[in-house]
Amino acid sequence: MADPMKLRASMHVDRVEVKILMAHPEESGFRKGPDGSTVPAHFISNVTVQHAGREVLRAQWGPAISKNPFLQFAFRGAARGDELTVTWIDNLGETRTDRVTVA
Amino acid sequence: MQTRPSSHALPRAWLRKAFAIAALACTEAIATDPLSEYRRMLADDNPAELAVARGEELWKMPRGPRNASLAGCDLGKGPGVLSGAYAALPRHFADTGSVMDLESRLVHCMVTIQGLARAEVTAAPFSERGAAQTDLEVLTAYVAAQSRGATIRVPQQAQDELDSYARGRDLFFRRAGPYDFSCASCHGADGQRIRLQELPNLTRTEGARSAFAHWPAYRVSHGAVRTMQWRLSDCVRQERLPELLFGSPASIDLTMYLGVLASGATMDAPSLRR
Repeated sequence: MADPMKLRASMHVDRVEVKILMAHPEESGFRKGPDGSTVPAHFISNVTVQHAGREVLRAQWGPAISKNPFLQFAFRGAARGDELTVTWIDNLGETRTDRVTVA
Repeated sequence: MQTRPSSHALPRAWLRKAFAIAALACTEAIATDPLSEYRRMLADDNPAELAVARGEELWKMPRGPRNASLAGCDLGKGPGVLSGAYAALPRHFADTGSVMDLESRLVHCMVTIQGLARAEVTAAPFSERGAAQTDLEVLTAYVAAQSRGATIRVPQQAQDELDSYARGRDLFFRRAGPYDFSCASCHGADGQRIRLQELPNLTRTEGARSAFAHWPAYRVSHGAVRTMQWRLSDCVRQERLPELLFGSPASIDLTMYLGVLASGATMDAPSLRR
């Protein structure tokens, strides 16, 4: 199974600042391995962030994202103690979901 | 195609001012070290944290023929004590009667506590480009992270700690190989650089401190955590010297030399490097 994400969410006045660090190899599908063969593509294709049943972020990613991607965004409408659910799915169907409480 | 004078040309004075501001911004950007600025921007979310998390899992997981975890591993502060241990390594260990750095000590624990084969553990200590981090790399990152904020105090009490330092210093200044290079050729003077990378003067306290306090580090260009053993072996490779073997006495002596010079600084690893 994929390694857990590092998640942080903190209130800044009325905005929640969310920082997500994902553990993922992010292979573009163009890189060659030591034996000269192409390393198959392996990248995160969808990221969603849910807050109280509401989707606050949806991203569609391609192969041009760097290894161990970092994503930061902010939104309004949440309070301290609320829980956020972050999910990614990659092109091979692997998925990982982690939760974080707004601090 | 015809051209005609623009009817809304910018006033000359405004243009001059705009250029002056742009020029000022450029000089300021150069004046502040761009690499430290880059590190500052990424430091908050150092991907080394992912390696630290994996290292913690591995540290606590029962493994090997003896199905034991590393929780009983003595890194110099007593079995299982991690806090501040990395800031006091390399050091003399009574049970082996030798000076060991963190990475060679981890190998020792994996062999004696978990029953793993030494040759297997040390066959590939550093991860290939694009491959997953090795067990030794993530364990090193985890243990080092438990010394963040600790003051570096590399001991110089036992006779073999003193000897190790002396050998490390001799190695540092010893010129050899097809380029007749020593460590000091690049790291023995102020203001040296390779391409844009400023090279620390490791013969002075400030240089040794900034180097020693920041390894292991996440190398952005490698997408991986690299350890002190890797740092030294890659320097030696660039000097065109024979391969610096993982955990060899020479590698530990060089680490000892740097650690003693760096003593007094605050540990801040795993850090972030370009």
